[in-house]
Amino acid sequence: MFPYIPATDDDIKYMLEKIGFSSVEDLFTDIPEDLKLKDGLKLDPAKSQLEVEAIVSRLANRNIDASKMPIFLGAGVYDHYIPAVVNHISSRAEFYTAYTPYQPEISQGTLQAIFEYQSMICELTDMDVANASLYDGASALAEAALMAVSVKKRPQVMASSLINPESLTILRTYLESQNIDLVLIPMDQGLTDADYIRDNISEQTAAVIIQSPNFIGYIEDLTQIEEYTHENASLLVMSVDPISLGILKTPGQLGADIAVGEGQSLGNPMNFGGPHLGFMACKNQFIRKMPGRIIGQTEDKEGRRGFVSTLQTREQHIRREKATSNICSNQALNALAASVYLATLGKKGIKEVAEQSWHKAHYAMREITKSGHYSIVYDRPFFKEFPIKSNIDADKIEKSLLESGIIGGYKLKNSLPNLTNAILYCVTEKRSRQEIDRLVTVLEGLR
Amino acid sequence: MTYSRLIFEVSKEGRVGYSLPALDVPIEDIPTSIKRSKDAELPQVSEVDLIRHYTNLSQKNYAVDLGIYPLGSCTMKYNPKINEDMASLAGFAHIHPLQPEETVQGAMELLYKMERLLCEITGMSAYTLQPAAGAQGEAVGLMIIKAYHDSKKDFKRNRIIVPDTAHGTNPATASMVGYKVTEVKSDKEGNVDLEALSQALADDVAALMLTNPSTLGLFESNIKEIADMVHKAGALLYYDGANANAILGITRPGDMGFDVMHLNLHKTFSTPHGGGGPGSGPVGVVKELEDFLPKPVIKKEGDSYSFDYNRPKSIGKVKSFYGNFAVIVKAYSYILTMGAQGLRRVSEIAVLNANYMMKSLLDHYELPYDRTCMHEFVLSKLKDNPNNINTKQIAKRLLDFRLHPPTTYFPLIVSEAMMIEPTETESLESLNTYIDALIRIAKEAIQAPELIKEAPHTTSVKLLDEVKAARKPIVKWTK
Repeated sequence: MFPYIPATDDDIKYMLEKIGFSSVEDLFTDIPEDLKLKDGLKLDPAKSQLEVEAIVSRLANRNIDASKMPIFLGAGVYDHYIPAVVNHISSRAEFYTAYTPYQPEISQGTLQAIFEYQSMICELTDMDVANASLYDGASALAEAALMAVSVKKRPQVMASSLINPESLTILRTYLESQNIDLVLIPMDQGLTDADYIRDNISEQTAAVIIQSPNFIGYIEDLTQIEEYTHENASLLVMSVDPISLGILKTPGQLGADIAVGEGQSLGNPMNFGGPHLGFMACKNQFIRKMPGRIIGQTEDKEGRRGFVSTLQTREQHIRREKATSNICSNQALNALAASVYLATLGKKGIKEVAEQSWHKAHYAMREITKSGHYSIVYDRPFFKEFPIKSNIDADKIEKSLLESGIIGGYKLKNSLPNLTNAILYCVTEKRSRQEIDRLVTVLEGLR
Repeated sequence: MTYSRLIFEVSKEGRVGYSLPALDVPIEDIPTSIKRSKDAELPQVSEVDLIRHYTNLSQKNYAVDLGIYPLGSCTMKYNPKINEDMASLAGFAHIHPLQPEETVQGAMELLYKMERLLCEITGMSAYTLQPAAGAQGEAVGLMIIKAYHDSKKDFKRNRIIVPDTAHGTNPATASMVGYKVTEVKSDKEGNVDLEALSQALADDVAALMLTNPSTLGLFESNIKEIADMVHKAGALLYYDGANANAILGITRPGDMGFDVMHLNLHKTFSTPHGGGGPGSGPVGVVKELEDFLPKPVIKKEGDSYSFDYNRPKSIGKVKSFYGNFAVIVKAYSYILTMGAQGLRRVSEIAVLNANYMMKSLLDHYELPYDRTCMHEFVLSKLKDNPNNINTKQIAKRLLDFRLHPPTTYFPLIVSEAMMIEPTETESLESLNTYIDALIRIAKEAIQAPELIKEAPHTTSVKLLDEVKAARKPIVKWTK
């Protein structure tokens, strides 16, 4: 007997009799005999709950997680504080054991939560409309590029080389499969080179894609980039860190047409990279070109407010090969977590988390560079991440920190090839002064 | 009164729901030039307000933990609780994907072992666990197919064939990856029409995408002939694993002749659907397609695991890092729990339950393809229908019995379709409750049609106006 299969031998016998079969095997006669597995699958026998727990826990215990060591690693995935309520709400079975809200009358919980999520993303980014979320920040960015190509009917996009390398690889995969050209905008002194955009943007360019803060931590100056992009009638796509929007200028303020980002920081654990969520918001006029699910407000026949999936004529189950995208799910549960997170922190909390991250990151940068053995790569405004260079081998730094019980920063050798020893440190509001000081002490001990 | 407030309407200036340690470092000035001009108008609620708001919302949802949820092709089976516990262990939930490899060996071992398990279950040679959902799995599969043909300098193959019963994602994915789509019709038995297929196959076809059992819940009994025809034409055969719950331990896509496939861990392998995600859509391939898999792949040397990014033929990457890891942990725990025998039992009972339901409804509903079904079956309209009750109305009436309706109006080739997939986790009593409700509705359709036309009666909101929502979209709260 298996705990998840209620059928008893008597039930099986009864059902077989009812349908006129003498054995379960007879139900499978449409499958050609020679395709059937003769000896069954070669898997271990079924295990009890205690055995499963022991096996899986052993694997979990082989990892070093952020509850065991302070972590100064970011690069797109962040160790921010997750209020206890987030997990309690997203662990409610009414949310996590439901499916896509195909029947809105019995899915108002999910639908309203996502409507509120969309509203909060619009507030945070200063954009008009948001979708119900996408797989992750990287696929949101790639989908934004495809959306721009479809809006502008132009065959090329320009993307900053200072976009997260994971996202860039994924963007490349998406664009290559559709024969869309990708022009990489080089770096100039830690920022995306605006002059390069001015000199190379053309009537072929559907979008200019910028990440801010960029991958090496610096806050981009969008003034000229926005001008060059819109003068050319291209769309400006911005990828942003949602936590940074507690204090930093918003994509809406900066003139973005589409804003995307990785939403993991909003109440979702790092989970070794997934599941996370990508958010996407845009200006009103592009709503019908936006991929993914969108929840809208409506009324029932008695005039009561209710929520439904709307503008579904863009979606694959209606449009098939003419759909705006092949996506048929969102990251509903992760979006719920993001929603609960944003509601918990609220107007005041999102600002405080952003400010604390700012102050602690700047404190860390000042302490690390104090003795002069380490220095910041460019002296420019950053948010919670900053690149540090030195003469010490980056692998050696990583190893020494690990031996001292610290997970160090991200080695930038692939992103800044001329600075092979540079390391990108991330400091969130979760890091204490004591942890930062310990990091500095270990670094100082290395020279 | 039903709870009907938005979180923004619960909000009150000055309330907080969080607490952070006091700042323990000096304050660093934030230049005004980079600051946002006004605060984001997020709600201001206490923790009590917040919990009550979301708990009230949760009570407006139907869910598997409340009762049967027989959405065809969605495999809404029970989500075992131990799997949730395993995925939330700190050693999994709080590890960073870019940590040094020596600090995440347990996670890498799990991924590696999961790949091996899926290979055995499906008869494939290698897997990537990267795709975030079935649709993304399909995209990866087709990109691999494209890369394969390109590697043979065979650039003329620009078409994908899908049957007329295919999921909407199949044609949508094909055009997303840059292919043209040719649809082939089904024959009277509900199988792919072999003659139509043979006419469609030519040297410009890259692949045939097939769901087996099909969305009609029927096993393609000509699958060997189909595989031969496709391969003779130089094309590849893609398996949409949406319906894999019917074949576990019984037959394998690899043995049927499929070259590339995806699975939906959130369907077949019991991970929760989460209200529409996260899912996970691993992709398996035969030996000769391994080099094209997304990067990185996990290598095992002795007892240690490493990521291999040096994959010159790889199609690249579609999803950050290594896939929806937490979902994979849940599915891994499930496979350990079930073992070989248990997985076979899953499919046996899923198929038995579906056939039992199908036969029990024959007196009242049309069955367009009268064959032994697999894990799901498709009904058409009511047999005796003097008042023209349609499928949407039947679905809405089911809500009054606290039951989730089937998938409706799909597949497209069956008019007024109701696609029912009970899964193996429903008891005989639960199946009978559903059967009784559908029979009662069939009788109401004759005796009390208004009751059905006005449904639902008992839900927190009545029938919602979807046309209005689309005409002038309100997609966010405004003050």
